[in-house]
Amino acid sequence: MAMSASAQLSKVVKRQYMELPQGDNVQAMYIWIDGTGEGLRCKTRTLDSEPKSIEDLPEWNFDGSSTYQSEGSNSDMYLIPSAMFRDPFRKDPNKLVLCEVLKYNRKPAETNHRRTCKKIMEMIDHQIPWFGMEQEYTILGTDGHPFGWPSNGFPGPQGPYYCGVGADKAYGRDVVEAHYRACLYAGVKICGTNAEVMPAQWEFQVGPCEGISMGDHLWVARFILHRVCEDFGVVASFDPKPIPGNWNGAGCHTNFSTKEMREDGGLKCIEACIDKLGKRHNYHIRAYDPKGGLDNARRLTGHHETSNIHEFSAGVANRGASIRIPRTVGQEKKGYFEDRRPSANCDPYAVTEALIRTCLLDEEGDEPVDY
Amino acid sequence: MATSTSSKLCKAVKQQYMDLPQGDKVQAMYIWIDGTGEGLRCKTRTLDSEPKTIEDLPEWNFDGSSTYQSEGSNSDMYLIPQAMFRDPFRKDPNKLVLCEVLKYNHKPAETNLRQMCKKIMDMVLNQHPWFGMEQEYTVLGTDGHPFGWPSNGFPGPQGPYYCGVGADKAYGRDVVEAHYRACLYAGVKICGTNAEVMPAQWEFQIGPCEGIEMGDHLWMARFLLHRVCEDFGVVASFDPKPIPGNWNGAGCHTNFSTKEMREDGGLKYIEESIERLAKRHQYHIRAYDPKGGLDNARRLTGHHETSNINEFSAGVANRGASIRIPRSVGQEKKGYFEDRRPSANCDPYAVTEALVRTCLLNEEGEELVKYK
Repeated sequence: MAMSASAQLSKVVKRQYMELPQGDNVQAMYIWIDGTGEGLRCKTRTLDSEPKSIEDLPEWNFDGSSTYQSEGSNSDMYLIPSAMFRDPFRKDPNKLVLCEVLKYNRKPAETNHRRTCKKIMEMIDHQIPWFGMEQEYTILGTDGHPFGWPSNGFPGPQGPYYCGVGADKAYGRDVVEAHYRACLYAGVKICGTNAEVMPAQWEFQVGPCEGISMGDHLWVARFILHRVCEDFGVVASFDPKPIPGNWNGAGCHTNFSTKEMREDGGLKCIEACIDKLGKRHNYHIRAYDPKGGLDNARRLTGHHETSNIHEFSAGVANRGASIRIPRTVGQEKKGYFEDRRPSANCDPYAVTEALIRTCLLDEEGDEPVDY
Repeated sequence: MATSTSSKLCKAVKQQYMDLPQGDKVQAMYIWIDGTGEGLRCKTRTLDSEPKTIEDLPEWNFDGSSTYQSEGSNSDMYLIPQAMFRDPFRKDPNKLVLCEVLKYNHKPAETNLRQMCKKIMDMVLNQHPWFGMEQEYTVLGTDGHPFGWPSNGFPGPQGPYYCGVGADKAYGRDVVEAHYRACLYAGVKICGTNAEVMPAQWEFQIGPCEGIEMGDHLWMARFLLHRVCEDFGVVASFDPKPIPGNWNGAGCHTNFSTKEMREDGGLKYIEESIERLAKRHQYHIRAYDPKGGLDNARRLTGHHETSNINEFSAGVANRGASIRIPRSVGQEKKGYFEDRRPSANCDPYAVTEALVRTCLLNEEGEELVKYK
């Protein structure tokens, strides 16, 4: 059976309980990134009144030895609320709270890339950097096989599925529809969705987000996706190459611009950035997936609308390049550019930080600069 | 299993999410015809407020290399909104937006037949051309076999199924009922439905639509059908001859009239049009399916209420003819006529354009006339 046992639990029964009034008490679900740099964790606490802003949310802590983040002998880690959203599962007035993780000594945990990202963003906030990230993912059954695929085989080859409609083209649209609405309710800046080239593969886009909010919104969008899939009894995978062979991988194309690039003549600035990126390819590849490039190596082959992981390239309307300049941008001579290298399981804080360091702080070489 | 795995996902769960308020944000689903000339594609964007007219919808673009429409090295194609409908799946204030596709150089994509159709329709606005198209289709399981048919066999022969009722006669009525309501909500001009001669085959009719509207409404009705079938876990096929042998094919009979034909004595104009059509049979056959007549060749055999693809014929109340004049029209000496040749998978823009070119612009011969 492709769907989980949990999904069989009666939703009518659940609804009766969820409709119970909760008085003044508010449930706040604290969410954080675990030791893998890809997994999300969550736990909930009751508050006595509705928090109006992030400052109303107290710091908390958790057992890091159970999340690959610390030793059992010294396992307390701190949760520092960083971004608050409405909860589409428990609904108003309940909240989802994205947190940073600090170690026992209050230094950022290894997979807390938000801390440095925020510092970097603050250094150049006057340049008003905007991001849009295109999150691809694959829906799997609980057996690990892509959802809707024949259980011991493959669907017909790629071609009809991208943006497709129909039961023989689109696998699992309910998940996408539910996720979109949940994000809109929560306040996540979801700006679109489409079916992707491989059947059971989908994409949503988050943005335009300024600075640190890109990472915040994308991580919460991912959390919401996992929760929605859990409700349906299926699994969302951000693996960059879930099925080897002639099946597309999953990326997280990142669109980027500054105020200068968006203004008349901005193309000049875009081209200057691409020049800088061209000289720092390996540094970015290391930042673009949680395993320093190993995950992306399975995906960036030069086929299936990817660039080859060993080569940097850029071009207008070229989907086989590392960087693509949209055709309209080439024509209007201003706008933004698309970095097609990040993996679907990238950390958006690491990706956006790398783009700022190279393009706006003019860093060079393989190591990030310590400011 | 005849229905898809997707359709087994819990709809109560989905409903909870679809009930969530969305504030001022609006979802606009852009829909276009892909490189096959038959397939539909769609993707959605969020808007900050409800679009009131088509002008409120921005142009967009997509990756044509993934839809059989361009190469990967130069793949951006433009989506130009043309017709807006209410979204019966996401409901108000969300929209469905039918788009034209332009290539990177702003010329129409190969399968964008709307642009030329609109030019032609604009030339004859004062004649008020009305169309009604009768879209036949077959409901298939995900195994590709007609829905409800025994899994490795056939139902009893045709006879009891046309407009039938009962579980042994009507296969998949839920799809039809759902589609009808979805079209009405969306604002698509659906004017009727019936079960067809082959079991699991159905028909809906769109119209009367004037000019370019016919193509817009029929394409949107087809999109709604694919989406409704997807929700049920079955597949809608517009193949003109899904099952070879003694089983009906699927067509898209096209009814046509002008203001003159609808007025007293209009029969004269109907007969003139039919004469012009008789002289241009091959040109129309090429326009009436996406493969220049190859698809229709499997269907237009002269049997199963079709005319033979190699011969043109016309007659009052004659379902074996290329053109049928309804009996009431023959009696009242005014009205419309029915061209029974178009295939179920025809492009309605191509069909309606061909009728206007031949009947109203008096074109002759095999070649395309270019107007300024």
